[in-house]
Amino acid sequence: MPETQPAFQFADLRQQHDVAQLGMWVFIATEVLFFGGLILAYAVYRFGYPDGFASAARRTDIAIGATNTAILLTSSFLVAWAVTAARSGQGRPAGILLGVAALLGVVFLFLKCIEYHSEYVEHLVPGLNFSVSDRNPAPIGLFFAFYFVATGLHALHVIIGMIVLMFIAIQAYRGRYSSRYHAPITVAALYWHFVDVVWIFLFALIYLPGRSS
Amino acid sequence: MTTVRNYLTEDNSLSSWFFTTDHKRVAILYLAGITLFFFIGGAAATLIRLELVTPQGDVVTSDVYNRLFTIHGVVMVWFFLIPSIPATLGNFVVPLMIGARDLAFPRLNLTSWYLFMLGGFVTLYAVFVGGIDTGWTFYTPFSTMYSNSHVVLAVTGVFIAGFSSILTGLNFIVTIHRLRAPGLTWYRLPLFLWSLYATSIILVLATPVLAMTLLLLALDRWFGIGIFDPARGGDPLLFQHLFWFYSHPAVYIMILPGMGIVSELISVYSRKAVFGYKFVAWSAVAIAVVGFFVWGHHMFVSGQSAFAGLVFSFMSFIVAVPSAIKVFNWAATMHKGWIRFDAPMLYALAFIGLFTIGGLTGLFLACLAYDVYVTDTYFVVAHFHYIMVGGMVTAYFGGLHYWWPKITGRMYPEYWARAAAILIFFGFNMTFFPQFILGILGMPRRYHVYPPEFQVWHVMSSVGASILAMAYLLPLFYLGWALFFGKRAASNPWQATGLEWQTPSPPPVHNFASTVEVRRRPYDYSVSGEARPQNA
Amino acid sequence: MTEASFPQWWPPRSLVLVWGGLLVLLSLTVLCAYQPWGGLNAPIAFAIASCKALLVALVFMELRHSSALTVVFACAGFFWLGILLWLAFGDYLTREILPPAIT
Repeated sequence: MPETQPAFQFADLRQQHDVAQLGMWVFIATEVLFFGGLILAYAVYRFGYPDGFASAARRTDIAIGATNTAILLTSSFLVAWAVTAARSGQGRPAGILLGVAALLGVVFLFLKCIEYHSEYVEHLVPGLNFSVSDRNPAPIGLFFAFYFVATGLHALHVIIGMIVLMFIAIQAYRGRYSSRYHAPITVAALYWHFVDVVWIFLFALIYLPGRSS
Repeated sequence: MTTVRNYLTEDNSLSSWFFTTDHKRVAILYLAGITLFFFIGGAAATLIRLELVTPQGDVVTSDVYNRLFTIHGVVMVWFFLIPSIPATLGNFVVPLMIGARDLAFPRLNLTSWYLFMLGGFVTLYAVFVGGIDTGWTFYTPFSTMYSNSHVVLAVTGVFIAGFSSILTGLNFIVTIHRLRAPGLTWYRLPLFLWSLYATSIILVLATPVLAMTLLLLALDRWFGIGIFDPARGGDPLLFQHLFWFYSHPAVYIMILPGMGIVSELISVYSRKAVFGYKFVAWSAVAIAVVGFFVWGHHMFVSGQSAFAGLVFSFMSFIVAVPSAIKVFNWAATMHKGWIRFDAPMLYALAFIGLFTIGGLTGLFLACLAYDVYVTDTYFVVAHFHYIMVGGMVTAYFGGLHYWWPKITGRMYPEYWARAAAILIFFGFNMTFFPQFILGILGMPRRYHVYPPEFQVWHVMSSVGASILAMAYLLPLFYLGWALFFGKRAASNPWQATGLEWQTPSPPPVHNFASTVEVRRRPYDYSVSGEARPQNA
Repeated sequence: MTEASFPQWWPPRSLVLVWGGLLVLLSLTVLCAYQPWGGLNAPIAFAIASCKALLVALVFMELRHSSALTVVFACAGFFWLGILLWLAFGDYLTREILPPAIT
């Protein structure tokens, strides 16, 4: 395992790790507020149109949604596992686990594409071809506007996360991380888990309303 | 004569500047950028004031006038005021003040500058191809449905620049928490750092909401998704809630660093410790936090509920308290101090007076009944210019002059600087005080055609503006001159106590020759005014 | 450093338990969504989602082992989002005419 020196502004590797981790948590806080603005919009319109939103949510594909949630939860598990492996010097298993986690991200995106396509075919895309035969189509349009913006942004974060994971996977496989130096994998893992947490909430907001009627 | 090695002389190739990770060089890159945008925003202001000399719309058409005040606002707010002190003076001074070799994330710092410049050029391109006419506030549904201007392009520029803000704030927060020199406890931090920390909280938590707001605006305009369109169930006021949730705390992003600088200046030029240090420190945090509770005071007449108006009005009165605490503590600091009227002190004194006027008129506006009368009039315009220009820009110039010896290794010409400060003060008041009167008389904002009885005040304001414009050009010349011909500065020309003054002017690349150890509180001046540096 | 071959190396128990728990909660929330509980469906879904998020944050993101400062930073985003939602709803809950003018 190569010995690594901390960057010049740090006293030691421990400080560097601590700083990197804090920095990522600050970044995660900014992301919470970024998606948070969207959540406000959703909350306001769901409050204003409870029935419309329920009706709209019923048109989402809960099978794909639930499957995707399970996929992300599993990939988070693999990433967490990989971090512990890398920290105990198990570079190769860590690299493989991260690679599989990234692959699960690909599966997530693939299912998302299928879902988007079916929504396009059903004329549920506001601004493109939206048309529903409902007494009051406006709230459904607002719901799907939220749906596409939220899941689209989330998918963008998944893509970025996947690229980061694959890069880190290669580094881990090459044995770059150890019990002394593992800041990059900690930080990348935090980002990926955050992407998972966002989806946990989006799943509840998008796929679950209105199912009981 | 051999050249002393410092961060400026180390390597002078273009790539060493454009690929630098040295916080001091990034600060100078930012200085160049914001100066450029300041003069662009100022050019728009000049045309505005030119138009307003006569009651008729004779210099520009209404459409062009709309684009002028919009671009003045957009450029000044996002490309000058928000980054100015944090990204220039903050970037330069923070690591020096805490005894560190650089910020926590130097490469992120450089990235932040590139994002800033990219955002700026995208916005300028939007201006170049015709500009926008929505006002800097981009209210819907005009911006999403009816405006015939380059809205999406302009908000894209601002969106990109927002990430620059976030990264700067992130860097400062982590740096101040974790890179302090041994012995530098929180209560030994200079107040400039407390202010920048509070500013960074806002940068990091408010800006993302702006990002989402602008994204939704762009999507609504481009795809017609109807999020803010009443005909499709949307609420235009939702945009305003989202927009002002950022934009009100944003004004505290602009003023808090200025307050931090004033704390430093008042202390040095009174040769006294800041009175009520802990109160001043925590008031910065209080302003940052409570500043998030008041955004609805921009929406008193927009259609939000009366109850919400009440809550926001009350919170707006509360948020004035910590600011007042600072003003009283600054005054108490000067009491029985040994005052020197160097140019930075002139700026600090001007700040205290002008900020107080601006802040008090903010209380007028926080009062619901009064706001109904003066909202969207020149009263509001005068109020925020007193704080932004009379407050923040004044503090910025004060800080720039104060740290100029440290940044460039040269002293500026003192008498020119004092003359400019006095001229700025005079020009500023002549420009903006008549605007309070105009507002009370009923002159609406964003109008360029007005009843003839208002002309005398507008003429006074425009004459003031021309004086102000010339006054702002003065520092460009004498500071530029000082760069090459100014007297060489010692490490501590002001005999101040901060760590930044315990290293040569300009500093070496890694700031300090050896690890600094802090042993005493900040602003430790003895009764006779002798300074005891923090690491002594 | 020894390079343990993959099949001999097991994941930490806590991670597996949390993963299992998350999948159970996922099934639970889907099940609950189909129950006719009226106004309770939304809060229950949100509560279960919060539990899942908390598990990910505490165990996967290691907040349970992190410094107090890290925990404060982690909570800050949600707290501030709470401010946005609370004060904005202070408006929407007290309006006489709600934004949707169309019924």
